[in-house]
Amino acid sequence: MNIRTMLCSTACLALMAGASTAQEVTVLGWGGDYARSQIEAYHKPFTEETGIRVISVDADNPATPLKAMVEAGNVTVDVAVIEYADAVRLCDEGLLEVIDTSILEPAPDGTPAEDDFLPGTLTECMVGTDVFSTIFAYDATRFPDNPPTTIADFFDTDNFPGKRGVRRNAKATLEMALMADGVPAEEVYDLLETQEGVERAFAKLDTIKGDIVWWEAGAQPPQLLADGEVAMTIAWNGRIFNAAVGEGKPFEIVWDGQVYEPEGLAIPVGAPNMEEALQFVAFATRAESLARAAEWISYGPTRRSAAPLVGVFQVDGETEMGPNLPTSEENMTNALASSYEFWVDRDAELNERFNAWLLAN
Amino acid sequence: MSDIPIGPTATARQQRLETADGTPLKSALARASRRQKLRALALVAPLALFIIVTFVLPIGQMLLRSVNNTQFSDNMPALVQWFAENPPGIDPDEAAFAALVSDLRNGAAQRTVGSVGTRINYEVPGTRSLFTATARRAADLEPPYREALLEVNSDWAREDIWAAMRGASQAYTANFYLAAVDRKRDLDGNIVQSDPQNRVYVQLFLRTFMLSGVITLICLLLGFPVAHLLATLPLRKSNLLMILVLLPFWTSLLVRTTSWIVLLQGQGVVNNVLVALGVIGDDGRLALMYNQAGTIIAMTHVLLPFMILPLYSVMKTIPPSYARAARSLGATSWTTFRRIYLPQTIPGIGAGSILVFILAMGYYITPALVGGATGQLISNQIAFHMQNSLNWSLAAALAALLLGAVLLLYWVYDRLVGIDNMKLG
Amino acid sequence: MALPIYASPLERIWYWTYRVICALIFIFLIAPILVIIPLSFNAEPYFTFTQKMLSLDPEGYSLRWYDRLLTFGMQNPDAPRDAAWWGDVWRNSAWVKAAKNSVIIGFFSTILATVLGTIAALGLSRAEMPFRKPIMAILISPMIVPIIITATGLFFFYSATGLAGSYVGIILAHATLGIPFVIITVTATLMGFDRSLLRAAANLGAGPVRSFFKVQLPLIMPGVISGALFAFVTSFDEVVVVLFVAGHDQQTIPRQMWNGIREQISPSILAVATILVVLSIALLTAVELLRRRSERLRGVSPA
Repeated sequence: MNIRTMLCSTACLALMAGASTAQEVTVLGWGGDYARSQIEAYHKPFTEETGIRVISVDADNPATPLKAMVEAGNVTVDVAVIEYADAVRLCDEGLLEVIDTSILEPAPDGTPAEDDFLPGTLTECMVGTDVFSTIFAYDATRFPDNPPTTIADFFDTDNFPGKRGVRRNAKATLEMALMADGVPAEEVYDLLETQEGVERAFAKLDTIKGDIVWWEAGAQPPQLLADGEVAMTIAWNGRIFNAAVGEGKPFEIVWDGQVYEPEGLAIPVGAPNMEEALQFVAFATRAESLARAAEWISYGPTRRSAAPLVGVFQVDGETEMGPNLPTSEENMTNALASSYEFWVDRDAELNERFNAWLLAN
Repeated sequence: MSDIPIGPTATARQQRLETADGTPLKSALARASRRQKLRALALVAPLALFIIVTFVLPIGQMLLRSVNNTQFSDNMPALVQWFAENPPGIDPDEAAFAALVSDLRNGAAQRTVGSVGTRINYEVPGTRSLFTATARRAADLEPPYREALLEVNSDWAREDIWAAMRGASQAYTANFYLAAVDRKRDLDGNIVQSDPQNRVYVQLFLRTFMLSGVITLICLLLGFPVAHLLATLPLRKSNLLMILVLLPFWTSLLVRTTSWIVLLQGQGVVNNVLVALGVIGDDGRLALMYNQAGTIIAMTHVLLPFMILPLYSVMKTIPPSYARAARSLGATSWTTFRRIYLPQTIPGIGAGSILVFILAMGYYITPALVGGATGQLISNQIAFHMQNSLNWSLAAALAALLLGAVLLLYWVYDRLVGIDNMKLG
Repeated sequence: MALPIYASPLERIWYWTYRVICALIFIFLIAPILVIIPLSFNAEPYFTFTQKMLSLDPEGYSLRWYDRLLTFGMQNPDAPRDAAWWGDVWRNSAWVKAAKNSVIIGFFSTILATVLGTIAALGLSRAEMPFRKPIMAILISPMIVPIIITATGLFFFYSATGLAGSYVGIILAHATLGIPFVIITVTATLMGFDRSLLRAAANLGAGPVRSFFKVQLPLIMPGVISGALFAFVTSFDEVVVVLFVAGHDQQTIPRQMWNGIREQISPSILAVATILVVLSIALLTAVELLRRRSERLRGVSPA
C-alpha cells in the first residue's frame, strides 16, 4: 500500500465514520464473560436471522457512559444492558426510550409477554433479560480447613486473613456490610434510609478498609483471585461461576448475604438505529434467547417460560445451570432483593458519600 | 566655516536620510520591519489558529461549565420567576408553592425532574429523592399547595432547600468552586466548611501536591548522580549510557505501567524474588501496588528522564577546571562539590524539578492503574466526576483549579528557564 | 572523570560507591522495560519466571501470547491457517484493528503536526517575531496542560460539533498534542541555522519558497524528522483523549492495552508491550542517528 492509496482510504474512512450505511446495531454491555454470553445467545443468532450486524461495546457499568452520551448529545449506541435501578432512574430523567411491551414476543405456549416476565423485571424503559447476584467468593486453596461460610466472614480478617476485593461502588457494598454486621436482610433498607444506618455500614467497611483492593470492571475480581492479589472478593456470581467451572479455577461462591437484582436491555433517547434496536430487544428477550444466554453464564432468565428451556453449561457441556443460579432455592437462605426504590433516589448521594469515604485516609 | 548655516533647519536636513526613491529612510525601515513582523506572524498564524480552535476554545468552553449550570434554571421556570420577583429574605408563600407544584408537574411529564433534583442534591446532599418522589405525586396535589406539599414531605419547609433552590435559579454560580475547596454557603450566604464526611478535595489537592513533591525529590536524588556521571564521562561512553535514559523516555507509558504491575503485584517479580531470597515470608508479601507506594514508584520511573535531561544539559556546560582550581586551592572534595559545583547546577535543578512537578500534578493513567484508592490524584477525581458521578460542573471547577496551579508553575518555569530553552533528548 | 592520583582513601571508596549507585539507578531505569521481554514468551499464564524458564528449558517458553494477539477477536480462530484465516486476522483481530487505527491516526496527526509546527517554528525563530514569548507559551501549552483537562474539554467540544467518535476528531486532537514537540525540536535546530545562507540564495535569485525548499529545509530536515517522530510517538502512546472522545471504531493499541491491563492482564499484554519496546528502540536509534547527522551538518561537534 503506497502512501497515496493509504491517504485516500483513510480519508474515505474518516468521511464514512459519521454516517454508515450498512444495517447495524451497537450494543453496550458489561464486557468479559457476561458480554460473551450475550454475543453467543443474542448477537450471533440475531445477525443470522436478520442480517443486521451487531457491534458489541463494553463498559464497566453501561448506565454511566449512557447517561453521559445522552446528556452531551452524542449517542453512539443503540441498546445498553443496565441494572434495574439504573433503568428506572434514567427513565425518570428522560434519558431512555419508553419501550412498548407489545413489541415483545409471547411465550412459546402463547402466554403474552407481560404475563410471562417475572414480576418486577419489566419496566417502562427496560426489558429484563436476567437476574444476577452480587456475592462473595474465595480461593479454596487459601482456606483448605476452615472455609468462610457467611458474609460476616468476609469482614473477619483475623480468622480469614488476606486481602479483599470490593467493587468501587456504594450499591450492594453497603447492604452487604450491614448484613455482615448482623442486620437481617429484610431490615437492611429500612436501616439504610437512616443516617445511623449509613454510618453503621461505613463503620463496618472501615474495619477492612486497609485490606481492600478496589475493582471496577466485572472481569477484574476473578482475575484478582486468580493472580493471588486477594483471598476473597465481592463479585458477580456469573463471573465466578465461569472462572470456576469453565476454566477450572479453585473458586467457591458464598451465597450467604447475596444481593440479587434484575438487569436488562434499554434504548437511549437519540439512538442512531432505533428500528434495529427495537428489533434486537424483541429478539433477545424471546424465551429461547434468554434460555440460551443462561447456558453461557449463571444468571437466571427473567421469563417463566425460559426456565425449563435452560440446558447445561455450554462451556464444559455438562454442568446443570439450575443450582448455580442466584434464585435457586438453596442459594436464597439469606438473600436480599436489591431495592430499586431505594437506589433510584439515593444512588447519587450515597456514591458521593462513598467516594468521599474512599478518598479519606 | 562661517558660511555653513547653523541652526535647526540645517540639522533637520542633515538627519533626513532618504532612500533612492525619496522616501525617508526611517519610515521605509519601519515599513520593512512591519512587513517582516507580519510575515513572521503569518507563518505562525495557521498553527496559532489551529491550537486556539482545537485546544484553547474547548478548554475554555469546558471551564465555563464550572460557573454555569442550567439544570435547575432551565427546568423550573415558574419558580425561577417567583424568585426573580421576590428578593431574598421573603419566605416562600402560597404562590411559591404553587409555582413549585406546577414546575414539578411539568418536570414529571417532561422527565426533567431527575436533573433538577440532582442539581439541588449537589448543594444539599440527600435531597434528590425529595424532588423525584414528590414529582411522582405532583399531579394529584390540590391547593392549598403549601399544606399539600408538606404533607407529602415535611422537608419542603426546610430553609436550606429553599435557599439552595434560590441559588440554583441563577444559571451562574460560584458554588462549584466552593464545593471544590470543601466549602459551602450557609443559610445567610456566608461561606463555611462543608460537613466533615464530605470534605475531600482540599485533602486531595494537598495529596497531589505532596506526592508530586515527593516524586520530584526522588527524581532529583536519582537523577542528579546519573546526570553528573553522564556529563563527566567521555562522550563515547556517555552516549552509550544515555541510551539507557532515553529508552524509557521513548517507551510507551502504558508499557512502563504494565511492567510495574508485573514487578510490583503481590505475586509479582519483586515479591517473588524477596520470598525466594528469604527476605520476607510467603505470607508477608509487601503491598507495593494499589496504594501510594505504587503511584510513587511507577511515576518516578516515568518522570526520571525529564529530570535527567535538563540536569545533563546544564552539567555538560560546567567546565571541570573550576573544580580542579578549588581543589588546588585546598578545598576538600565535599567543599568543592558544595561551594563550586552545586551552585552551577541550580538552573538544571530548577528546570528539571519544575518540569517533573508540573507533569506529576496532572498525571492520570499511572495512578488510575496502580494507585488503588490512596494513590489517586486530582486528575483521577476529575475523571471520576466526568465519567461516573457526571457532576460536570464540579469536574470543571476542579479542572480549573488544577489548571490554574499548573499554569502558575508554567509561568515560573518560563521566568526561570525560558520556554525556548526546553530541550528533548 | 578518572580518579585523580591524589585522591584520599575515603574518596576512593566514594568513587566506587558512586559508580555502584549510578549502576543501580540505571538498572531501575531499564530493568522494568527489559523484564517484560522474556516474560512475554512465558508458556504459562503467569507474570513471574517459572522454574522451567529459569533453567532455560525450551518448554518453558512459547509464542502462544503472540499467537493470542492475532486470534483475539477473530471469527474463526481455530480454522486452518490459510489465506482465509489471515484475511480473518486482518479484518477482525482486535489487536490488528487497533494497530491499524494507531497507524492511521498516528500518520495523519504527525503530518498535520509537522507541517503546521515547522511553518510556525520558521516564524518563531525570526528575530522580528512580535509577541514571541506569549505565543510560544500558548503553542507549547498542550504539553503542559494536564491531559485529563484537554480530554474533558474535547469531550464537550466534540460532542457539540459532531466530531466525537470520528477519525478526524482524534487526528486533530493528537496533532495538537504533538505540535509542542515539533516546535521545540525544529526551533532548536533553527537556532543552529546560518541565516546568511538564505541571503546568499536570495542573492543568487531564489525566491523565498525556492530557497526554503532547496536550502533551508534540507539543512533542518533532521530536526523536522525527529520532531515528527516525537509527534508520532505522542499519538501512538496517547490513551486519555481516546478514552474520552473515540468511538468503538477508533480503538487504538494503547486503548486496547488499557482494557487489557484493567480487566484481564494476561501475558498477551506483555507480548504487545514487547513489540512496542522493540519499536521504541528502533525510533530511538533513528532519532539518535538524526541528531548526530544534524550536529555534523551544523558542524557543532563531532559525534
